[in-house]
Amino acid sequence: MTETVLESVRGRVGEPVLSVRDLSVSFRSDTRTVHAVDGVSYDLHPGEVLAVVGESGCGKSVTSMAVMGLLPPTARIGGSIRVGGRELVGAPEKELQKIRGKDIAMIFQEPMTSLNPVLTIGRQIGEVLRRHQGLSRKEARERSVDLLDLVGIPAPRSRIDEYPHQLSGGMRQRVMIAIAVACDPSVLIADEPTTALDVTVQAGILEVLQSLRERLGTAIVLVTHDLGVVADAADRVLVMYAGRSVEEAPVHDLFATARHPYTRGLLGAVLRPGGEGKRRLPEIPGLVPSLDSQPDACTFAPRCSRADDTCTAGRPGFGSVDPGTGTDAAHRAACWHPYGAGEASDTLTATPATEPARPDQEAGK
Amino acid sequence: MTTATPALPTVPQTAKKRNANGRLRALRRNRLAMTGGIIAAVFILVALLAPLIAPYDPSQPDFGNVLAEPGAAHWLGTDDLGRDQLSRIVYGARASMQVGLVAVVLAFVIGVPLGLVGGYYGKFADGAISRLTDTMLAFPFLVLAVGLAAILGPSLTNATIAIGISQIPAVIRITRAETLRLKHVDYVGAAIANGGGDGTVLFRHILPNATSALIVQATVGIPAAIIGEALLSFLGLGVQPPDPSLGVMLSGAQSFLAPAPWLAVFPGLAIVAATLAFNLLGDGLRDVLDPRGGTR
Amino acid sequence: MTKYLLTRLRQSLITLFLVSIVVFAGIRALPGDPALALAGEERSPEALAAIREAYGLNDNIVVQYARFIGHALTGDLGNSSRTGLPVADAIGQALPVTLELAALSLLLAVVLGIGAGVVAAVRRGKPEEWIANVIALIGLSIPTFWLGIVLVLGFAIAVPVFAASGYVPFGTDPVDNLRRMVLPAIVLGSGLAAVVMRQTRAAMLDSLSADYVRTARAKGLSKRSVVGGHALRNSLVTVVTVLGLQLGHLISGAVVTEQIFVLPGFGKLTIDAVFTRDYATLQAVVLCTSAAYILINLLVDVVYSVIDPRIRLGGAR
Repeated sequence: MTETVLESVRGRVGEPVLSVRDLSVSFRSDTRTVHAVDGVSYDLHPGEVLAVVGESGCGKSVTSMAVMGLLPPTARIGGSIRVGGRELVGAPEKELQKIRGKDIAMIFQEPMTSLNPVLTIGRQIGEVLRRHQGLSRKEARERSVDLLDLVGIPAPRSRIDEYPHQLSGGMRQRVMIAIAVACDPSVLIADEPTTALDVTVQAGILEVLQSLRERLGTAIVLVTHDLGVVADAADRVLVMYAGRSVEEAPVHDLFATARHPYTRGLLGAVLRPGGEGKRRLPEIPGLVPSLDSQPDACTFAPRCSRADDTCTAGRPGFGSVDPGTGTDAAHRAACWHPYGAGEASDTLTATPATEPARPDQEAGK
Repeated sequence: MTTATPALPTVPQTAKKRNANGRLRALRRNRLAMTGGIIAAVFILVALLAPLIAPYDPSQPDFGNVLAEPGAAHWLGTDDLGRDQLSRIVYGARASMQVGLVAVVLAFVIGVPLGLVGGYYGKFADGAISRLTDTMLAFPFLVLAVGLAAILGPSLTNATIAIGISQIPAVIRITRAETLRLKHVDYVGAAIANGGGDGTVLFRHILPNATSALIVQATVGIPAAIIGEALLSFLGLGVQPPDPSLGVMLSGAQSFLAPAPWLAVFPGLAIVAATLAFNLLGDGLRDVLDPRGGTR
Repeated sequence: MTKYLLTRLRQSLITLFLVSIVVFAGIRALPGDPALALAGEERSPEALAAIREAYGLNDNIVVQYARFIGHALTGDLGNSSRTGLPVADAIGQALPVTLELAALSLLLAVVLGIGAGVVAAVRRGKPEEWIANVIALIGLSIPTFWLGIVLVLGFAIAVPVFAASGYVPFGTDPVDNLRRMVLPAIVLGSGLAAVVMRQTRAAMLDSLSADYVRTARAKGLSKRSVVGGHALRNSLVTVVTVLGLQLGHLISGAVVTEQIFVLPGFGKLTIDAVFTRDYATLQAVVLCTSAAYILINLLVDVVYSVIDPRIRLGGAR
């Protein structure tokens, strides 16, 4: 088991545990339709950590919620989401309930409010076990203690009867992780799991996720806008912009040779040798386009220094950056004029925000 | 009787005024609230113009025509003394509105200053006023009314006083909460820092901005008072027969339920219409005025 | 937890103390000689002197108050000036009637109110919500006593399914007892049900959009567990508070309901005492009602702290 896991981490063997194809999500109200996600595809292999990166509103969270089947009834979902070979788009709610928490689980950005304040944490963990594994109250309790131990909560036996308000934010996020991995899901979606936490606590949470991946072989979709987290934790990165995927690459490739101008913008100073390391997304001039329409053009063109008439005349395909390696290549981008592998970035007009240097990030890891 | 409007000066140069039109428009869009407002207005008009509207003298017995069914001569029938139901309902509405408005004004005149003082000065004054509120709340409305009726004797005036007193705690609490909130709003803090006298701060800055909450409270208080009057009169603790009151009519109707059910139906419908109207209006106003959105 | 309860207990006792003073002073504030009031119909000078002696009306007012409280604490609430019988006995007879009425109404209000509130919130924007809202608003606007009359018209006169008046103890004949209690319970419970429904709906709408409900759904729980186990569980905190605040109305409502349906309960005792100028009874009844009200509010706070661990364990860590 361990060998296959490790192998799959490195070499993408076997069937993907999660396969998203041409996913689109739109929200329709009386007055307008918002296309939050537009044609996103990705595969997640066993034991792999895929980071989904982008500015807020780029559709990364909506994609995750679509995978969980937790979007509100007003959402229109198109395309395909397959988990372990089962199609989730259009599946009845009863079916989804059997899969959620068991095959795919999710942890959220807000540990302070994501736990029910009036129930003990033991009950909140045990609930999943009883639902999906049919454990008795007592068995669920024992297993919950083990899970709290697994996610690094000290003295789990006494903590199990406590209420969320008695725990710190970091501890609560660990409880959320314990709930998520209780039934040993093949996919764990972590939506900005560290954003609401102190920097010192963030590292601990990432460590827990890493060790779970190693010990249980859980594949993780890590949704974040924090490039430091990406560099620390991810195997592969999917960059999203305005509801579309713009670039996908193994984490080293992305940090070393990003091809899409938007990705380069995101990485900003990180790429310049000896330049200032940056943690947060740098500002790119211009505004994120409205999601009301689905233009037949590159949505980044209005903000792009390399844009020309081609970019506004047609939507770029999402394909390999190196001709001849096929659409299944590891490094893909959606751009009419991608940077070459060794090409230097154009000067950004945006002034990078001044933040303390993080030299450890320069090499991408 | 209705000349004493609540101690609320007109709203001065606050954010409220700029929004006034928008709020009015929002209220107009709320069809239920508008319906309520119209019915409430009709009710008030009927109360004011009772002598012009009532087809008969509400207290004039007609022994040749007792327990008449609703018909052309008497639209809503007559009671056991042959009195015209419609006329009695019209005059009964007058008593209802009178109690409704006077009781609420009474509650505001006493409750608003106490709430302002409690919320603004805090400490001992607040503690004392809070205990007072608790003590008043410990007497359920009817127990209070019964006690007062026992002490002062049953009459419309005493019923009004009892209803007014019973509404004081709610007014105190709301005014106090608003005062506490507004005390920490920037411009009020600025007014205090600029050496505005307590009176100026309380009546120029805090009270006008608490108007929304108080208006909402009034729309809750008026229907409660209308029901209260009918209730006390029904029990014999309010309006005394032969004076017309919706409660007195219902009380009398109880003896003739089988032969003349209409005697019980119409006065009750009048009460329901009035209270429903004010409740609808109140719900609509709350949605529009109360930024922290009461029920929604 | 203990500290919180002790604080609440102390506040309740202070309020109760103030209430007893108000009640005591209220009777003494009656126009004229309190002995006259306490004497009822018997007003000969000898009788009045006897009453002054019996009630210690010649003593200092503080001494009188202390004695009043002392007696009340030992269960001696004086004798009715109308019947001459101990007031405590009259209350003892009336209490079961009122308690049964209140319990049935409360049951009705909680079951209907919470049920309809949950449905209205879960089926937001659907016809169910609209219907529940309209019924609640009408329920709030119909005065209890009129609802009572209408129900008597419908179900006791037009279609005589239920009885319109009188009381039969449950122990004597359970079926007859319920036949007589159903209409009063509906009358008393309907308004409360409407209030509970509105509050439940509002609280449920809040908690259904909360993050922890999203978590519960992400766990793959059934809709029933998500709504009942998570959203409703949290909403109950609000609903219990509202119930507590509304119990005063229940006490007031019981007075009227008992009057309409001629039930020999606490409310009827109160009203009769007013009309027969039976001040000894009135004083006792008002004191008991207020004490009950304060007790109920205290209980609500206890229940509240049991439901919400944040209050129970407040600042434990």
